[in-house]
Amino acid sequence: MTPSNPQLSGIKSALFLACLLPAFLLWRRFDLDALGANPIEAITRNTGEWTLRFLLITLAVTPLRKLTGWHWIVRLRRMLGLFAFAYGVAHLLTYLWLDQFFDWPAIARDILKRPFITVGFAALVLMTPLAVTSNNFAIRKLGGRRWQALHRAVYAIAILGCVHFWWLVKKDVTEPLIYSLILAVLLGLRAWWRELERRKQIAGGYLPQAPRLNSKVIRIFAK
Amino acid sequence: MLIRRPPDVLPSEITDPDLYHARRRFIAQAGSLALAAALPASQANAATGRLGPLAASPFSTTEAPTSRKAVTTYNNFYELGTDKADPAENTHRLRPAPWTLRIEGLVHKPRSFGIEDLLKLAPLEERIYRMRCVEGWSMVIPWVGFPLATLLKAAEPQGSAKYVEFVSHYDKATMTHGVLDWPYTEGLRLDEARHPLTILAVGLYGDMLPVQNGAPIRLVVPWKYGFKGAKSIVTLRLVDKQPLTAWMKAGPSEYGFYSNVNPEVDHPRWSQATERRIGEFLKRKTLMFNGYADQVASMYAGMDLRRYF
Repeated sequence: MTPSNPQLSGIKSALFLACLLPAFLLWRRFDLDALGANPIEAITRNTGEWTLRFLLITLAVTPLRKLTGWHWIVRLRRMLGLFAFAYGVAHLLTYLWLDQFFDWPAIARDILKRPFITVGFAALVLMTPLAVTSNNFAIRKLGGRRWQALHRAVYAIAILGCVHFWWLVKKDVTEPLIYSLILAVLLGLRAWWRELERRKQIAGGYLPQAPRLNSKVIRIFAK
Repeated sequence: MLIRRPPDVLPSEITDPDLYHARRRFIAQAGSLALAAALPASQANAATGRLGPLAASPFSTTEAPTSRKAVTTYNNFYELGTDKADPAENTHRLRPAPWTLRIEGLVHKPRSFGIEDLLKLAPLEERIYRMRCVEGWSMVIPWVGFPLATLLKAAEPQGSAKYVEFVSHYDKATMTHGVLDWPYTEGLRLDEARHPLTILAVGLYGDMLPVQNGAPIRLVVPWKYGFKGAKSIVTLRLVDKQPLTAWMKAGPSEYGFYSNVNPEVDHPRWSQATERRIGEFLKRKTLMFNGYADQVASMYAGMDLRRYF
C-alpha cells in the first residue's frame, strides 16, 4: 500500500494539522483559564512533554517502516522531526520569557549549575543543526553520507531529553521512566537489526573481494 | 421491516453535568461536615463547615491572600497523588472524621485527643502566613489554627525531650504506594515547635481544612519550606534525638532537617533566590526565613546555615 503523490500530499496536510493540535489545545486551555494555579509551569511542562513525544514519534518511523513494509512513511519523518524542534523552541522560550523573564544572569547560572537544565539546553542546541539541514538543498550540499552522520545526533538528543525529564522530577519517576523505556525499545530495535545484518553478512560469505580474487588467480595459473 | 429498539440509556437517566459535579463537591465536603457535626457549636458550624469566632493575630501578614481556588487545587500531598491537581480529585481517599491525634514519647502526660478536644484547647485564630514551597513558588494562606505550644504544654514534655516528631496518617489500601517511605514524617527542634509562629492548622479561609490541604489537622511553620508542614497528623512524639524525616530519607543531599527558607542556599536542582507567587507573573526575591527573620533568626544564631540546610 503505497499512496500516490496526491494522496501523500493529503496525508501530509492532515499530519501537519494533527501536529499543531497540542499547541492549539494548550492555547485553548490558556484562553479558558484552565491551566491551573500555576499556568507558566503548566505551559513549560506541556511543551517539554510534546518535544519528547515528537522525538519518540520521529524515532518510531524507521522501526515502523521495517515492521510494516510501509516505506512511504519515511517521507513524513522530516515534518515530525521539525515539529519536535518547534515544540522544543517553544519550551525554551517559555522558560526564557515567561519563567525567567529574560533574567540573563539567572538563566546563565541555571544552565551552568542545574544539571537537568544543562542537559535540556544541550539537547536543544544539538537539535538546531538538524533542523537547519532538514531540507533537500542541505542534503545535496552535504552529501547523503555526511548528512546521515549528522542526523544520527538525534539518538543523543532523545537520550538527553529523557535524562532532562528524569533529573527534573522530585521523586516520582514514573513518567520519565515510561518515556525512557519507549526510547530504549526504539534504540534497542535498531541495535538488534544492525546485529542481524552483520551476522547475515558473515554467514552468507558476503565478503566481496577475496573470492573473486581467488578465482582470478586460479585462472591465471590455469593458463 | 423496521424493528425499533429502545436506546440503551433513557434520557431521564442521563445526569446533568452540573448535578454530577455538584455531587462530587458534596462528597468532598461531606467528610469535613461530618467532622464539623462533632465539634462544639462555638468553634464550628455543622451545617456550613465554618469555623469561628476567630481571633485576629498580630503575626498575620497584610499581603493579599492567594485565591481559595489556587490554595485548594494546587497541592503537594503525595499520599493522594503526585501531580498537584491530584489531591483535590482524590479527597475520598482520606476520611477526616472521626480522628484521633496522639501525643506521646518523652512527655509526662501522654494523651489522645479527638479533634473536638483539640478545638477546645485554645481559642482559634486566623493566621495569614506566607507559604514558600521548595519548588520555587509561594502563596499567602489565611490559616485557622492555634499555637502548637498549647498542645505541647498540655502533654508536659520531660526535660530530656529535645525534638518533636510528626507522623501523618497513611492508609496503604487507599493511598500512594512507593515514592516516599510512608508514613510521612517530619520533625522540629523543641524551641521551633514552641515558637509562637508555629501553629497546628484546622482550617483555611474560615472553613474546616479541606482534605487536600491536610484535614483535619496539620502543621504550619511559615519560615520553613512548605514540606515541613506535615498534613493529616496522627501522632506527635517527643524525642531526645533529631528524627529522620521522610524527605531526608528520600534525598539526604537535597533535603535537610532544618529546611529554613534561605535565598542564599540553593537546592541542588533549583535556585532558591527567587519565587513565583501564585497568581503573579514576575518572580519576586525570596526573603531570608521567608520574611520572618525578625521573629526566628535568633534561634539559629551562630549556626552555619549552609551546613544545617
